[in-house]
Amino acid sequence: MSPRVTLSQAYRQGLAEEMRADPSILVYGTDLFERGGHWGQVRGLGDEFGRDRVRNAPISEAAMVAAGVGAAMNGLRPVVDLNFIDFAFGAMDEIVNQAAKVRYMWGAPMPLVIRGTNGVAGGGAQHNNSIESWFAHTPGLLVAMPSTPADTKGLIKSALRGQDPVIFLMHKLLAGLRGEVGGEEDLVPFGRGVVRRPGRDVTIATYGVTVSRSVAAAEQLAAEGVEVEVLDLRTVAPLDLELVEDSVRRTRRLVVVTEAPRHGGIGAEIAAALAESLHGELDGPVLRVGAPHVPTPHSPTLLAAATPTAEDIARAVRLAVPARAA
Amino acid sequence: MTILDRQSAGGASSPELAPLDLTGVDRGQAESWLASMSLIRQFETVAEPLVMAGKIPGGMHSAIGQEATAVGVISALAEGDIVTGTHRSHHVTLAKGLPPREVMAELYGKATGSLGGRGGHMHLADVGRGHFGSNGIVGAGLGLALGAALGSSVGHRGQVAVGFFGDGAANIGRVWEYVNLAVVWQLPLVVVCENNLYAVETPYAQVTGGGDIAARARGFGLPAEKVDGQDVAAMHRAAAAAVQRARAGGGPTFIESLTYRLGGHDVGDRETYRTREEVERWRAAQDPVLRLAAAAQLAGLLSADDVAAALAAAEKAVAEAVEYAEASPFPDPGTLLTGVTATDLRIRSNP
Ligand SMILES: Cc1ncc(C[n+]2csc(CCOP(=O)(O)OP(=O)(O)O)c2C)c(N)n1
Repeated sequence: MSPRVTLSQAYRQGLAEEMRADPSILVYGTDLFERGGHWGQVRGLGDEFGRDRVRNAPISEAAMVAAGVGAAMNGLRPVVDLNFIDFAFGAMDEIVNQAAKVRYMWGAPMPLVIRGTNGVAGGGAQHNNSIESWFAHTPGLLVAMPSTPADTKGLIKSALRGQDPVIFLMHKLLAGLRGEVGGEEDLVPFGRGVVRRPGRDVTIATYGVTVSRSVAAAEQLAAEGVEVEVLDLRTVAPLDLELVEDSVRRTRRLVVVTEAPRHGGIGAEIAAALAESLHGELDGPVLRVGAPHVPTPHSPTLLAAATPTAEDIARAVRLAVPARAA
Repeated sequence: MTILDRQSAGGASSPELAPLDLTGVDRGQAESWLASMSLIRQFETVAEPLVMAGKIPGGMHSAIGQEATAVGVISALAEGDIVTGTHRSHHVTLAKGLPPREVMAELYGKATGSLGGRGGHMHLADVGRGHFGSNGIVGAGLGLALGAALGSSVGHRGQVAVGFFGDGAANIGRVWEYVNLAVVWQLPLVVVCENNLYAVETPYAQVTGGGDIAARARGFGLPAEKVDGQDVAAMHRAAAAAVQRARAGGGPTFIESLTYRLGGHDVGDRETYRTREEVERWRAAQDPVLRLAAAAQLAGLLSADDVAAALAAAEKAVAEAVEYAEASPFPDPGTLLTGVTATDLRIRSNP
């Protein structure tokens, strides 16, 4: 195994390895040189690959994505780095009505990656949206939400060898998270989740920043005698429902955790799917934990109340496993 | 060094400072510009280290160096007129007359802030006072000013709206949709581009096709001029003419303020994309606060004592603002969900 790198570095490593192997990959966005992107995620790539393949763009999100769609139809593999995924709103037509539909309508591959940092941290309402469900709800798009450096590297490599438009979401609070990463051919497939922590009493299905919070909750609950199995789904389109079903067949109980608002989100999709497929095998209702229905506030006290914590997760698990929590 | 330190070190009498034409400006006007610009400078100077100290959460973009644009333009407005800003809008916010202590408390995320802690530094607003929002989304604020101008026009409210945006935002396509619509509907809008030469690390010339933002605007059929943004009097003259035209039904005007941010893009910016010498050149010759202070003294409008008094008043006001913010309580987390919609959406919470 390689030395431990941050999640941002893991992304850069995966991207650089693929760029060395495939000259059709190019990266562009704003502030990719001195800052190397707002999280340093592409720092140094301009020096290695030159200003033709790593490009500085004006603040023109719609043009960046539109150019990516056309270039992908014409032989390139563009990686559009939006820095914050919040800026995708200015390019929503290009993503939803163009990139997502090219293959279905026009029969052409769409090997386009749109990278953005998502999720909730400081900075207020307009830079802290959790919108993975918007993209997952759009037929034609793949959505990655890695929680570890290794998955980040493995998933960006898969994205860059695939034929579909990928929304690649990296959480702000995970940018500096360190871990080991795989080698050049260690790809992480889309639609394949993993068990982060095995347990027999109840399953938590989650992804992204709430994986570590769920593991923290599981550790707390283990001390109370409840063994929680934590699943990291890694991508939300495709969604690894088979992994969830395999686990829940054993535990017979499910809690779904997202950082995004609960209402209308990925958690609702997983809960509904499991209610359909495992209705008779459940020992209790599927519970969901997610953010309240509120724009991300600035004030630290309000922000804390708007963010699902390990404590919120533990509380839901205790409700799902009532007998043992007594 | 605070502005007061620089002034007492002879800053305002430095021979390098570019002159400024105060013909027709009276003492009261000069005094009020200097008061407002010093307040902004002092506010930013004090707030930046508070971000580093963790007192102000969520980062910050300060407008040090760009005070004359906000003050020159907003001093040409009447009570009831409307402004919108960008991610860098403390200057617009204070020039519009929001109380410094409410703004500081908002930066802290306190319950006594202008938005009760919900907005923060990038989203400062006070709709009742005609501040329709600073905006975290580059280019978006101008659209709200466009709408405010529509409201004024259709509702015969007699207001003028001013939308600020940056040179970087001049490459957002919808900025030009807003300009076009304002022309087509002849709305009472003043469009102010603060061209401070950089968008984060990107020099404006590198990403601006044609190289001339005002010339782009002219293509949409509205008057557009470039103005020295470090000269508060020049900004004021240009804005006053634009406001008069807008109020008389003459439609929108475009002003490109040629300005410079003396600080980094945000707190913590290492500024590797420009030289120290470049910044020092601007600081020595083009500090808008010192330029005004020097010119007002030269023109006999203000005495050295007047200038020192204005700077001292700014220091006092900002110190009080910090005290107020420090002493204020954080909002009650129980109020988190209040006011998301007027209608109760009846959304259920976590188990
Ligand atoms: C739509 C959008 N894209 C990108 C950003 C990230 N961003 C914040 S400020 C900034 C630079 C803006 O430059 P400019 O408009 O010149 O304003 P200045 O910072 O110079 O005041 C960028 C790229 C954003 N906030 N919104």
